[in-house]
Amino acid sequence: MFNFHKDHKNLVLTAGAVFIALSIVVAILPAFQMQETEPIPNEKPLTDNERKGLHVYVTENCMACHTQQVRNIAMDNVWGDRPSIPSDYFYSKKRLDLWRQSPSVLGSERTGPDLTSIGERQPSEDWHLLHLYNPRAVVSESVMPSYPWLFEEVDSVSLQKDDKIVAVPKEFLNKPGKKIIASEEALQLVDYLKSLQQTELPSGNFGDFIPALEKIQTEGMSDGNQSGKLDGAKLFSQACAACHQETGKGVIGAFPSLVGSDIVNDENSEQLIRIVIQGYDARTDYGVMPPFGDQLSDAEIAAITTHERSSWGNNAPEVTEEDVKKIREFIATELNQ
Amino acid sequence: MKKCMIRFFWLLIIIPNVLSAQEKITTDNWLSSPGIIGTFTLIAIVLVIAIVILFVKLNGYVDTIKRKQIDKNRIAFDDDLVAMEEGEIDAILERRKSALKYKLTGNELAGDDEVSDEKGLLQRIDNDPDNAFFDEKKKTSLSLETPEELKKIVIYYIGAATLWLVLGTLVGQYLGMKFLWPEMDSQSWLSFGRLRPVHTNMVFWGWSSLAMIGLGYFVIARTSNVKIYNYKWAWYAWGLINATVILGSLCLMAGINNGGGEYREYIWPVMLLFAIGLVITFINFYKTVATRKISEIYISNWFILASLIWTIVLAIIGYLPFYQNGLGETVIQGYYMHQGVGMWFMTFTLGLVYYFLPSALNKPIYSYSLGVLAFWTQMFFYTMIGTHHFVFSPLPWWLQTVAIVFSAGMFIPVVAGTTNFLMTMKGSWNHITKSYVLPFFLVGTIFYFVGSTQGSLQAFRFTNYVWHFTDFNVAHSHMTMYGIIAFFLWASIYAILPKLTGKEPSQVFVGAHFWLAFIGLFAYMVSLMAGGTYKGLSWIEGEPFIESVILMKPYWVWRAIGGSLMLASHLVFAYNFYYMVKDYRRVKPSTQTKNVEEITAQ
Repeated sequence: MFNFHKDHKNLVLTAGAVFIALSIVVAILPAFQMQETEPIPNEKPLTDNERKGLHVYVTENCMACHTQQVRNIAMDNVWGDRPSIPSDYFYSKKRLDLWRQSPSVLGSERTGPDLTSIGERQPSEDWHLLHLYNPRAVVSESVMPSYPWLFEEVDSVSLQKDDKIVAVPKEFLNKPGKKIIASEEALQLVDYLKSLQQTELPSGNFGDFIPALEKIQTEGMSDGNQSGKLDGAKLFSQACAACHQETGKGVIGAFPSLVGSDIVNDENSEQLIRIVIQGYDARTDYGVMPPFGDQLSDAEIAAITTHERSSWGNNAPEVTEEDVKKIREFIATELNQ
Repeated sequence: MKKCMIRFFWLLIIIPNVLSAQEKITTDNWLSSPGIIGTFTLIAIVLVIAIVILFVKLNGYVDTIKRKQIDKNRIAFDDDLVAMEEGEIDAILERRKSALKYKLTGNELAGDDEVSDEKGLLQRIDNDPDNAFFDEKKKTSLSLETPEELKKIVIYYIGAATLWLVLGTLVGQYLGMKFLWPEMDSQSWLSFGRLRPVHTNMVFWGWSSLAMIGLGYFVIARTSNVKIYNYKWAWYAWGLINATVILGSLCLMAGINNGGGEYREYIWPVMLLFAIGLVITFINFYKTVATRKISEIYISNWFILASLIWTIVLAIIGYLPFYQNGLGETVIQGYYMHQGVGMWFMTFTLGLVYYFLPSALNKPIYSYSLGVLAFWTQMFFYTMIGTHHFVFSPLPWWLQTVAIVFSAGMFIPVVAGTTNFLMTMKGSWNHITKSYVLPFFLVGTIFYFVGSTQGSLQAFRFTNYVWHFTDFNVAHSHMTMYGIIAFFLWASIYAILPKLTGKEPSQVFVGAHFWLAFIGLFAYMVSLMAGGTYKGLSWIEGEPFIESVILMKPYWVWRAIGGSLMLASHLVFAYNFYYMVKDYRRVKPSTQTKNVEEITAQ
């Protein structure tokens, strides 16, 4: 029999062979199996630009701080409508090139937020560009590095026609008077980030989150009798504060202030609701506001706008769910005509 | 042995039941969850041990103070004498004089032989042995007859490792400070994302790996009682591994990253150099063991040879592309990153401890069979647990469960190893105050138990629920890679280098190294564990994400403080290393040439 104590050949062979066998069972076979997944029918492949953006994402090793996986537990519900499934990664997790393997986008640490559906949560290109140029310009408490090497500083005179200018507030400029334009890589990276959205499953909603006990209790209450009392402040900080800031003051030169704004304080809330639903691009001195109509329900929009109209010294009447519903219907008919 | 096996099967049956009970996740009494309680207990163990060590040292200090008090009393007595009456004094003096007249002839015991220390028992004569601040440690008493070539290899491997340790932790410290001042610089090659893998890979492949292999050369040659099969190959491997770290770090800073999987960030052409280095080392070790002059293969060599073959297999599986699209890559990532730690660093280092611990205590290992049990269970259990890095992920639920069950199974090799080391130390506890090597071994052993057990607890679904993705993971990896691996490596280095070079480092500086590293690590891990827990709870509460960033800030400050102490300890260590090897060739191999311990066949 094997005498491992005296026979070095047997010892090494056995240790090696058993390890290889176990590795095949626990790693190689499951890996082959996981590789067999197919994309979800309406899942969009990455465009050329988005793929290049993914390469920038890998170069800067964004995976060190950002995950891309919605786990099947309740706390991850904020990062996506459903738990991630293997098919979600069909297009993004392919070998990059001869030298580099399929990117580990799932990540292992959330020093920054999960990015599974960052494209839905934050569809504004201007926000992403400013955030990459200096995260603290939009989120003052952020510890994310800034990426100035993805941008160029130019004189206003030498601006080209198709240059993408980033609206950087004065205090974040290195040299006053210069314009900041986004490099091709920055635009590609933002394209990639905007492409990060969860594909809806054909069967409707999928898989449920394992709930946390406390969660069920509070949710049960708010879903049932208290649905009218959504927390506008909380919703605002989740959906709007990234640009308009918690203080409502926005970022000068990038995102307009809501404090004392004529639109916000207008007795008639129609235009405010319209902007939230449809987005807004009427002012060249500010970034484009993306539409939020698909992401927010009528009740949520009502809660948010009511919060805006009653905070930071603003003083305008409450917005009801009915108001929002009416305007949404109105927009729908408008579009159909 | 039989009893052991029965217990082992019983554990296997029990574990899944315990785990399935974990599946209902509630957070209302998270404090009383077994995983969390277990972790608290484990941290408490470390703290208690630290306090015990500190107490023993303080006790020594208090003793010295007491002795000084006695001296003081004596002076007071003298004063009393001066104050005495003349007649009284005369009487006492008279008595004393007659007593003093009595004289020994001086040769009652030895006869007329001349006094001389023929057996070389006296090593040093000190007129003032009571230093109040630093305990006098035992000097290294032996110098080993080691071939010059082998000495040089061990010294150069450890030297390069030391350089990478200092550089790698400098980078780590810089990264830790970036959490507090994200705008410290705006260079692309110094940005957090690019620099983080530079730190991890540098301390993995540069520091730990080179130090392990260097010490491994000594163990392999010594326990096989032969010369190393081929000295030249050792140098090729040294060059390849160093080249890997240099090229890999440059690539990462330039933004050439294999795909961001942890510890797999070097692209394959770079990692290939490392793999070739390992293959050369393996063949060299294997051939040395094959030509051994004693019939048994010492247990250290089991661990060392196996860890090399496992790591070579691991590197190949980790880098082959055929099954790595989609989540295939994720399965391999979990497997690779955990086995990198478990099959390479842990296994190899255990092999080193099985030699250096008993040799430092000058007695055999407590139980050889327990070592063998630890070896096979290490292989069976460790291999299966990679996916516990992806609990609740889209990977198959069964794979996650297997990983969790076997993580719990890791108790067996861990308890076997810890018991073996502690029982070997048993009866020699007083050596801890007398030796500067043993505290390193003791802390390494305690962390081996605490860190590994904590890792198993962290794999449970509930604890994972709270801690996954938080800074707790970072605390865990430092507890293990630093608390276990680095402390064991330092213990081994301090145990062997003075014997090779004939120069001992200053005991004050070894003590400074030990305490700075230990306190630094403790501050580092406790702050991140506490912060990580609050972060996880904040997420569960559904607070906005940025809240969890804000709440971490004080803990990141403490982490940076702990990190600074660790870095300082490495500078001290680097100085100690320099001191030990400087001009070592000019140091006479031994002052007692007659008594050099000879390498003898059994």
